[in-house]
Order: sequence, then C-alpha cells, then structure tokens
Amino acid sequence: MQQTKFKPIIHKRDLKWWDKLYIPQIVAGLRLTIVQMFRPKFTRQYPEERWNPPASFRGRPVLVEEKGVERCVACGLCARVCPALAIEVQGSESEYWKERYPVKFEINMLRCIFCGFCEEVCPEEAIVMSQEYELTFTSQEDAIFGKDKLLIPAEKLKDRLEYLRQNR
Amino acid sequence: MEILISLIKIVVVLFVMITSVAYIVLLERKVAAAIQNRIGPNRVGWKGLLQPLADVLKLLTKEDIVPRQANRFIHDLAPMISIGVALTMFAVVPFGDHITLFGHDIKLQIASINIGILYILALTSLGVYGVTLSGWSSNSKYSLLGGLRSSAQLISYELSMGVSIIGVIMIAGSLQLDLIVQAQAGWMWNIFLQPIGFITFVISAFAETNRLPFDLPEAEPELVGGYHTEYSGMKFGLFFLAEYANMLTASAIITTLYLGGWQVPFVHDLELSDFWVSVVQVLGFCAKVVLLILFFIIIRWTIPRFRYDQLMNLGWKVMLPLAIANLLGTGLVMLLMNVR
Repeated sequence: MQQTKFKPIIHKRDLKWWDKLYIPQIVAGLRLTIVQMFRPKFTRQYPEERWNPPASFRGRPVLVEEKGVERCVACGLCARVCPALAIEVQGSESEYWKERYPVKFEINMLRCIFCGFCEEVCPEEAIVMSQEYELTFTSQEDAIFGKDKLLIPAEKLKDRLEYLRQNR
Repeated sequence: MEILISLIKIVVVLFVMITSVAYIVLLERKVAAAIQNRIGPNRVGWKGLLQPLADVLKLLTKEDIVPRQANRFIHDLAPMISIGVALTMFAVVPFGDHITLFGHDIKLQIASINIGILYILALTSLGVYGVTLSGWSSNSKYSLLGGLRSSAQLISYELSMGVSIIGVIMIAGSLQLDLIVQAQAGWMWNIFLQPIGFITFVISAFAETNRLPFDLPEAEPELVGGYHTEYSGMKFGLFFLAEYANMLTASAIITTLYLGGWQVPFVHDLELSDFWVSVVQVLGFCAKVVLLILFFIIIRWTIPRFRYDQLMNLGWKVMLPLAIANLLGTGLVMLLMNVR
C-alpha cells in the first residue's frame, strides 16, 4: 500500500522574515483559489438533469406485481421486522394459487427509514426497495401509501431483483 | 443650470451605484461559487442576471422584527446611517475628466471640494456609528459584541489609513481628489511611487469595509451575525447593501488615490476626439474599480478570519509604524530631491 507523504512540520521559530510577512502565503492562497475558478463544476442541474441510482440504491419500498397480482402472501414478516413500525398488513384468503393475499398493505412513508429490513426478511421477494427517491406529499394522510401506490410491475424492478439474486 | 446639472449627476451616479451594488452581490455569489467549483445562482433571468431583483423583492416582503426592549428609534436609524454614509462618500470621487454633452462642459465629479480627503475620512468615521449603534440598540449580547468590536477595529485602522494617505497628499500637494488624480498623469501612479502606502491603505480599507479577513464585527461562527443579528427584512438588506456599497466606494477611493483614477496612460496615442477620450477614461476608471472589487471578493474566499488580538496587533504594531515610516521616507526623499 502506498504511504501518504506528510509535509514536515514547520515551527514558527524556523520561519524566515520573508515567511513571517504572511504575504507569500496570501499569494499562494490566491493562486489556489484562482486556479479553482477554472476547474470543471460539480453542480447537477437537478430538475432537468436527474440522477439514476445504481441497483444497490435503497429508494422507497414497493410491492412487486407479477401477472397483475402482487407476490405478497401477507405473512406479516415485514410488518414484524420494521424497526419504525411503518408497515401495516392485513391478510385474507384468496382463490389464487398462492392462497393468501393482503387486503390492506400500507406503508407510512413518514415513518419509513429506508433500512431495507422488509426486503431482506421477505420470503417471496415481494417487497423490494425501488430506485425512486423523489417523495413529496402535502399532508400526513397523503404520506400513507396504500396498495395503489405500492404495486409496481416486476419488469420495472428487474435491476433490483437481479441485484438481490446476486448479492443475497 | 448649474444646479440642474448637479442634480442630474447625482441621480445618475446614485442609480449607477445602487444597481452596481446589487450586481456586486451577484458577482460575489458567482465568484464564490466558481471558487468552490459550483455554478451559483442561475435560475432567475438569463444566467441568474435578475437574481438581485428577486433578492430585494424577497427582503422587502419579509417581516420587520424588532426585539423587545430594543431602542426602536436607534434601531431604525442605524441601517440608514450605514447606507447613507456609504452612498454619500462617492460624491467627491472623480470618475472622469471633463466631458462636453449638449454644449455643456460637465465635470465628471459630483462635488469637487477642496478638502475631499478630509470629507472621506470624516464620513468613514461616521460609518462606525451605523454599526456601533445597531449593536447597542438591539439589546442582544451578540450584537453588542459585534458593535464593540467594530468600533475598536474601525478606530484603530482609521489611524493607519489616514497616515498612509498623507504620503499621497504630499506628492500631489492638495487635498482635492481631482488634483490628486491629475498629479498621477501618465504612469506616475501613486502605487509605483508609494508601494508601502498602497499596501497599508488597502489593508486598512479591508478593515474599514468589514470584509474578510477583518469581518470580526459580523463573524458568523462566533457572533451569529454580529451587529445585524437582530435585523430582518429590508433593514437587514440595507446593512447588506451598505457592506457592498462600502466596498465599491473603497475601491473607487483606492483607484483615485493610488491607481491613477481615471487616467488611462495610452489614451492620447489613440487619436480620438475629446468626447471619446473622456468616455475611455470613464471606462478605464470603471475597469480599475471592477478589478479591485474582484480582488476584494477573491481575498474573502481565500484568507481565513483573524483572531481579535491578531487584528489589534496588526493594526497598532505593524500597520501604524509602517504607515509612519512610509510618511517619513516620502518626506525625506522629497526633501533630498528638492521637490516643492
């Protein structure tokens, strides 16, 4: 490993009168700031220029929808593991092959801390963290996301599902 | 007729000054952004050029909060003193020679008074009141500390400022600013004749305008906002504008005293008519002032703030002896060379 090189410590008693004038240091500082002025800028023009997060990004949690039905079997593990108590699930029996489905699945986005425990604990890969990071709401009621906002088709979440398969 | 011309000059200069002060604020933000590898304000108008307008509108619509127990009258008066002094100081600065417009010979200076420099020194002392009174009247410990610091700082630096000016006065033989500029014809600028005086004057000017590295009166990390902690709305805006107006005036005075004012050394080689010579000279003055303002701004984003004892040590133990030495040296050289 490469060793970082430190400059030797210069004591005040070792300074020449020229250094004590402070002017050479001012000139050096000015040179530095003026050079910085012509460096490329780091600013992202946000609303026009958006950031595409990588697959490892933990955005808002969503339910995976496959063939028009959610994968979720309403086991309630996510609600149990959620450290912020943001998830509420109410299960019921259904006619489908999976026998159970959530009647009500709500995530309070004001409580959610984006830890990803729900995704980790889910046995069906039914709840995953999406790549969406723009969340706005104007009231506390709006912040409770029901199934209408949570269901996202599996095709749109391909990156994340692929990432989970490789890294879990 | 004379009065009318003077009035027109006052209106034009005031308008140009206030607009340019607003745009210096924008320039400061843009340069600061560039130094920190950012873009800076660019949303209001083309490339952010209407940002000052938006800022002023915002400040005007903000609530004016006066702390309980504050002295209301002085609290209102202080920002007015600050901005008033900053704007009136420009009255004696010559920004050009004569110009002939519509058959009238117009002197490009609002008031050519024969004690111009004394006027400037008097007004800079008055400017201290704005800051000190605002600190005193706010009934807040931070404001009070800011006000006290500023009065101590401004008084100490005024001394070295005054002493370093005397060298210039000795060379020009006059207190009148337009005569001082005329004495610097060609390349005989005072910056070459008086380099030490120039340095001490510029450093004192930084201290007088409360700019970094000497912005102890407002020192955000220690004093919240210093003397303007308790101000809001347009009263805060006036302090803010006064800081930049002071910077503009200080640059104009530095230009006048040390950088040859409106003198453009090669203007007579260009073979222009008198009118265009005057225009070039005014533009030359503006260019020098803008360069100095840029220097002020870049220094702000380069040098960290001084400690209070360092500031006082620099003022009394370095600047004042240097200025006096410069004064004595100038006198000695003038005596030996038998000038005047």
